[in-house]
Amino acid sequence: MQSFAFVVNGAEIVVTVPPETPLLYALRNDLALTGTRFGCGDGLCGVCTVLVDGEPRWACQLRVWEVEAKRVETVEALIAEPRHPLVTEVLAGNAGQCGYCLSGILMQARALLDRTDGVPDRAAIATALAGNLCRCGAHGRILDAIERAARTIAEAA
Amino acid sequence: MSTLPAPVVAYPLISDWIRFEPDGTLRVRTGRVELGQGIATAMVQIAADALSVAPERVRLVSGDTREAPDEGVTAGSLSVSVGGVSLRFAALAARARLLERAAALLQSSTDALDIVDGEVRRSGMASDLTLWRLAEEVDLAVAITTDVPPVPHTLAPLPRADLLSRIAGGFIHDMRLPGMLHGRPVHPPALHARLLSVDVDALAARPGVAKVVRDGDFLGVLAEREDDALAAVAWATANAVWSDGPAESLDPVAHLAAADGEAEVVLLKGEPPAEGTRFSVEVSRPPLSHGSIGPSCAIAQWSEERLTVHCHSQAVYRLKAALAEVLGLDPATVDVIHRNGAGCYGHNGADDVALDAALLARAVPGRPVRVVWSRADEFGTAPVGAPMVTRATAIVANGRIEGFEATATSFTHSSRPGPGAPYLRSAYLIEDGVPIETPGDIPLAAGGGAERNAIPAYAIAYQRVAKRVVGDIPVRTSAMRGLGAFLNVTAIETLVDDVARALGEDPVAFRLAHLDDPRARAVVEAAADGAGWPGTSADGAAYGIGYARYKNRAGYCAVVARIEVEEDVRVTDAWAAVDVGEAINPDGVRNQIEGGIVQSTSWALKEAVRYEGDRVATRDWETYPILTFPEVPRITVRIVGPQDAPPLGCGEAAQGPTAAAISNALAEALGVRLTAMPFSREAIVAALSA
Repeated sequence: MQSFAFVVNGAEIVVTVPPETPLLYALRNDLALTGTRFGCGDGLCGVCTVLVDGEPRWACQLRVWEVEAKRVETVEALIAEPRHPLVTEVLAGNAGQCGYCLSGILMQARALLDRTDGVPDRAAIATALAGNLCRCGAHGRILDAIERAARTIAEAA
Repeated sequence: MSTLPAPVVAYPLISDWIRFEPDGTLRVRTGRVELGQGIATAMVQIAADALSVAPERVRLVSGDTREAPDEGVTAGSLSVSVGGVSLRFAALAARARLLERAAALLQSSTDALDIVDGEVRRSGMASDLTLWRLAEEVDLAVAITTDVPPVPHTLAPLPRADLLSRIAGGFIHDMRLPGMLHGRPVHPPALHARLLSVDVDALAARPGVAKVVRDGDFLGVLAEREDDALAAVAWATANAVWSDGPAESLDPVAHLAAADGEAEVVLLKGEPPAEGTRFSVEVSRPPLSHGSIGPSCAIAQWSEERLTVHCHSQAVYRLKAALAEVLGLDPATVDVIHRNGAGCYGHNGADDVALDAALLARAVPGRPVRVVWSRADEFGTAPVGAPMVTRATAIVANGRIEGFEATATSFTHSSRPGPGAPYLRSAYLIEDGVPIETPGDIPLAAGGGAERNAIPAYAIAYQRVAKRVVGDIPVRTSAMRGLGAFLNVTAIETLVDDVARALGEDPVAFRLAHLDDPRARAVVEAAADGAGWPGTSADGAAYGIGYARYKNRAGYCAVVARIEVEEDVRVTDAWAAVDVGEAINPDGVRNQIEGGIVQSTSWALKEAVRYEGDRVATRDWETYPILTFPEVPRITVRIVGPQDAPPLGCGEAAQGPTAAAISNALAEALGVRLTAMPFSREAIVAALSA
């Protein structure tokens, strides 16, 4: 076991885990942040997407030591914000069925909106989500929700 | 509302379904479980609406063998039409009895009474009576009857109340019980593979391993840390030696196409026309993977002679019976409790993982054990959607179809575990387990498996429909959204298009000429209208239509697909029209149809489980790709049909019509008919060069 210090959702934390522990399991089991999910373990489905220093990364593919001294943001930060447009619009549009894929999609969308000036078009949103799988087929609603959220954010800016 | 649905016959009392709790909530029980389809929202809607209470007051208990009714399997698009209707009967019966008592207390007629969020009003004026107060003095342990007055709907359709709670938690994967260990099975690479050797001591010495369980060919590890359990399983997977299977790779579709055993005739009506031109089509689909984004998961705990299992099974009572049988327990000592899993589209690994968890937890009495399958387990161990080949023939005379014949050849669509059916994966592995068995298919009276929707919706005098169920492959096949309907509808609808094309008729007009049922005609017309049928061919696109009434008795659905073909087929748009009778939650219906269209598009264009020998070779998302965000069509859904007609299931209604519409659009675009799914780039190249 070894201790690693990094920032999670704005708070400085230290976890003591085996050094090769994937970030995914440190988040879920050691820090009880269960919004970051296991889907495939291969970096091919996107449900474990988190932001590391603002960049979307797959938490299943990162070892804890790789995020030492970095800023990690998970979906818990997004839903802790009062009425974040991405969350509000997903709920307003019933943009999901089982909801398992939503946390990773929301983080990928957040990264897209953060790096885009103005409102990204639908094709750009879909391209940004190409690595995030959804099996229930809620894609259209999710794209609609992100488009609406992007407009809300752009209008407020 | 004249006859009581089967669940009410089995659970006849109001109090079997509804209880008014002292804290001002309403405890509502249902045997139907939330699978991501939004059924919990629909059930809350039904109970709150029928009793005129705020939906926030409803506490739903679903799929819990300790108290919820046994409603069998949550499947077959019956949750609203049977389960929801049952709950509505119970709620309306409760309302009627409570209002009778209120009328006596207020010296009023019941007609003058109304309820607003559980408070009784007389002629619009508040009283001090609430449903909860009335329930204290009214016996609700009385039989539900059919003679209660219906109540007009007052509650606006609810949004998915559970969605927010699902973003950061709320799944069984997220449950943490005190003292919980992480268990992982090491599954065999193929159904018939035997565990020849594994160094159990070396496995037990891997970092963090708390215990190794070996029981016959069942192997698994337990660890305090999940990452340690995973690392140990990776080691075991690399080091365990399993018996080899045949060198020749399994090709289930070729196997089915070559099957020549006798077919069972399930429908024969009318006489074959004396003369006519025969048109035939033979279509196939490969085995399909459920591909839920969240893998199968269960938590089991043995304590004080009881086994408690938390899982996302579609059928908790049936699983309880199967677990008791495999483990040699009295079923009365087993509790199975449904928890949220990721999306469920049929008989996936949910039941199998429950036995894995129970077997691993048996080694550590008192401690809960959570098991999450790997992605490779999902692809390689869970049952697959049954591959099929369907041949259909139309006999055409006088410009219309006068005769129809179909034979659906398939592996079974029904391997669900249940009483006397211990079909759990690891039951085949343990020392005192059960022999590998291939169960039979579902009879037509129960909706049919292979032959589901092989009966055309069209007015055709002579019809002969047969099924041929083949049992001899080393793969577990079972129910997946739509069962045989997906391919059978594709077969019928491509055949109808081929005939229309040969006669020079418009496909929509040709269908309408064969449809008597006004509700069927209405959905075909609405879908065509939505798409601006026949579309414009000038823009390099092609259009196709597909129609079916699911199971010939549930929801009506027509889909028009617009495709563009370059190197790959791209479905750019889909217009659907659906008639589900009363749409309890219209947005829920739309969501189900949209999801069905996306999933069916993915099956039709991209998906196939492939084998090396008898081992599944497609074990990750790279080798088993599904439709992604940039590839999904724009979808428009119209809900049509009588809102005063009984609600009909919709969850599987779009699967067949979508694939049929794509197939027909492809035939229009290419001028040749593709018959073997998936309609991939390779399939198009092969068809064009043939």
